[in-house]
Amino acid sequence: MIRLNINGEDREIDVDADTPLLWVLRDELGMTGTKYGCGIAACGACTVHLDGMAVRSCQTMASDAEGMAIVTIEGVDGKAASAVQAAWRELEVPQCGYCQSGQILAATALLAETPKPSDEDIDMAMSGNVCRCATYTRIRAAIHRAAETMEG
Amino acid sequence: MFHVMKRMQDAAARPTRRNFLKMSAVAAGGLVVGSRLALPGAALAEGAAAEDAFTPFIRISPDGLVTVLNKHLDMGQGNATGLATLVAEELDASPEQMRAEFAPADVERYKNLAFGMQGTGGSTAIANSFEQYRKAGATARAMLVAAAAKAWGVPTGEITISGGTLSHASGKSGTFGEFAEAAAKLEAPAEVTLKSPDQWVYIGKSFPRLDVPNKTVGAPNTYGMDVQRDNMLVAVLTRPLAFGAKVKSFNADTAKAVKGVVDVIDVPGHGVAVLATSTWPAIKGREALEIEWDEAGAETRSSDALFAEYRELADTAGPVFRDDGDAEAAIAGAATVVEQVFEFPYLAHGMMEPMVLTIHVEGDRATLWYPSQFQTVDQQTAATVLGIPVQNVTINTLYGGGSFGRRTSPDARHIVEAASIAKIWGKSQPIKLVYTREDDTRAGYYRPMGVHKVRAGLDADGNLVGWHHRIVQQSLMSGTFFEQFMVHDGIDETSVEGVKDASYAIPAFHAELHSPKVGVPVLWWRSVGHTQTGYVVEAMMDKAAHAAGVDPLEFRRRHLSQPSGIAERDKDNARKLGVLDKVAEMSGWSGAQHGDRFRGIAVHKSFNTYVAEVAEVSRREDGTFKVENVWCAVDCGVAVNPDNVKAQMEGGIGYGLAAVLFSEITLTDGHVDQLNFDTYRPLRIEEMPKVVVEVLASAEAPSGAGEPGTPPVGPAVANAILAATGELPAVLPLTKAGLA
Ligand code: FES
Ligand code: FES
Repeated sequence: MIRLNINGEDREIDVDADTPLLWVLRDELGMTGTKYGCGIAACGACTVHLDGMAVRSCQTMASDAEGMAIVTIEGVDGKAASAVQAAWRELEVPQCGYCQSGQILAATALLAETPKPSDEDIDMAMSGNVCRCATYTRIRAAIHRAAETMEG
Repeated sequence: MFHVMKRMQDAAARPTRRNFLKMSAVAAGGLVVGSRLALPGAALAEGAAAEDAFTPFIRISPDGLVTVLNKHLDMGQGNATGLATLVAEELDASPEQMRAEFAPADVERYKNLAFGMQGTGGSTAIANSFEQYRKAGATARAMLVAAAAKAWGVPTGEITISGGTLSHASGKSGTFGEFAEAAAKLEAPAEVTLKSPDQWVYIGKSFPRLDVPNKTVGAPNTYGMDVQRDNMLVAVLTRPLAFGAKVKSFNADTAKAVKGVVDVIDVPGHGVAVLATSTWPAIKGREALEIEWDEAGAETRSSDALFAEYRELADTAGPVFRDDGDAEAAIAGAATVVEQVFEFPYLAHGMMEPMVLTIHVEGDRATLWYPSQFQTVDQQTAATVLGIPVQNVTINTLYGGGSFGRRTSPDARHIVEAASIAKIWGKSQPIKLVYTREDDTRAGYYRPMGVHKVRAGLDADGNLVGWHHRIVQQSLMSGTFFEQFMVHDGIDETSVEGVKDASYAIPAFHAELHSPKVGVPVLWWRSVGHTQTGYVVEAMMDKAAHAAGVDPLEFRRRHLSQPSGIAERDKDNARKLGVLDKVAEMSGWSGAQHGDRFRGIAVHKSFNTYVAEVAEVSRREDGTFKVENVWCAVDCGVAVNPDNVKAQMEGGIGYGLAAVLFSEITLTDGHVDQLNFDTYRPLRIEEMPKVVVEVLASAEAPSGAGEPGTPPVGPAVANAILAATGELPAVLPLTKAGLA
């Protein structure tokens, strides 16, 4: 039995200890907002927050997340998250949208740490999040936009 | 993708317009479809509406929500919003009340008018729906007005609609919802008048993307991967390493011992499937599977060997697909001759959401949930495999996490696999067939690899006098159902598009195609033949301009501005000049060298859309190039949603860049070498150039936006590198020559 705190709620899940957090979220808990894209930490579609840090849930064993605060796209909130989601809507960032949960979680973690990121900060923080629709131009613009709203 | 299937419309049953304008409304119960999900734009059209009260494309609920049934798959290109925009325009609805849902599989109602079957591709979604969905909106509007006129006892002509509210000068007003039920009972008008372009309030202006809110909150039931059903099993299929290999024997003991694995089954002709209670045990179970393959009869050549064969073929004559004048003589008499051999690798689509499909077979009925891009073929295929009537197959289409052509194949392989697994399993239980990223990358259905060999001759004034072009490329269409429509006298139209219709003024043009047979399944990939043909023609133009010592923009202008005597070609050239001049202005073109950076320009027509791009590159210390900026001008006729056209250009440029710079699928003894994004390298944010797009104002009929942004970026980058180094990069991806 694994005990996880997800979006502020305690959950008990009966899975093998080596099960990636990604599959616990998606298959055991039906929280499908966190996406599967590669399974090898190469795309960022599965990004969640562990104690505020953006991590790849496909490479995080569920048992390793015990005792940490797990936040997913379904539960992410706060100043940075709302600014990011609002900017994403305003600039209509998503195309297919499949990567965007991960992009939003990564961008939120970036802004929580670095409220006024430079382009280089953005490249560094977002490099692990692939978007095959190549919405990068708008992702970059939306992060800057979110930073502005957070200031204001 | 399968745009050239437009030709099929002559052969296939043609849509009659009868039903939808004469559709008489159904009496029962008004329009019962509310918003099933709380958020706008959600789309799980489970058990689609039986009534077509407001045409088969529109439902209006008592709370005033207008649901537009999208006959296409939206895999990111925005057609759900595009079609809703067309309806809202004629209905005078407000964006807030619009919803989008995917239509069920029903070829009679929902066929793509460009090719007579229900399916999405060839950048046709807006083009073929432009009149149909506006008429639907106007029809629904007329019915609402008639219902209100009756209730208020006033003439219909005195009723106006604005922002989703009906009103009359007497002060009476009402919502769509109030009149939906009464309106649904009325006879639809036989004729409706559409707005003239000057009356448009949404078309050509802006309309919010309906799917964006859901896609920023991770809403459930959005994608095929999200499907969860009671009692569902997850299946992963082990496919052979070499295309065409067969299972000789397998040992499933260890696999079956994995907790959560339910069974391991042989799926003849496809591989071995592991069925589990959820995804992770299925993946783990498969890792424990031992399979021995029989590769006799499989494709076991390496891609290097294939390239060697292709290069040899490129030196021999093949079937001719274009022969204007005497190209050999023209080149023999030319003052200067330029020559180049180009090589293109296989490419996987690599859409973000791997292939996936959930199927539930109950007796002689089957229900499917997935992003269906080709409902008519998929439905028929499932029925055939399962041996049930085609009308017993229900398809629930969900949003696609990308596709780029991958989610539709003539053989509907993913449907065959899932239906076969369900049939063999035999229990009435939903089964979700999941492709892992590795499965997806290795499964084939690639953009074909190819070799082009071109010779071009210039006269002493630097004008092209002759062009000799030979293509070696596996046919997409031969061996498929589409062969009869798309392959003529040995020429697959998708292999030669972009060369056959190359419109530059060249007095003598000769072109041939070899279509070698290879056991690797190939498929249309964003813009089909155009990423190769556009690259070759546009890169050759620069090589020729370079040899002639003429500025590449000027060189193109010269060869586009002479009347050809062929009306279609002259029109193409005028529109190409339009986007070229615009992109030159946007980028401030003053030649290929720009300070310490270099620029390349390219223009290409695909899917009736004209796109010109300028790429600007800088050189890193290690000799590789970084693409810094791309300017793009597009003429796609009427742009229904200009910002979405921009988004498609931005995305098409990034997608094309990944392929040009980094991506390739190679084979070693027939086994695919790349399995995941670590080796099949995508573009990342730091590699994305700044992109500026302008959409030209146009009164022409709308044409595609999803694909045409992709072809010009490759040659624009190649031409910039030619300017920087004096050598044209002709082998892709550029990483191979250490250029990226
Ligand atoms: S699925 Fe985890 S990084 Fe790709
Ligand atoms: S929006 Fe499609 S992968 Fe990012």
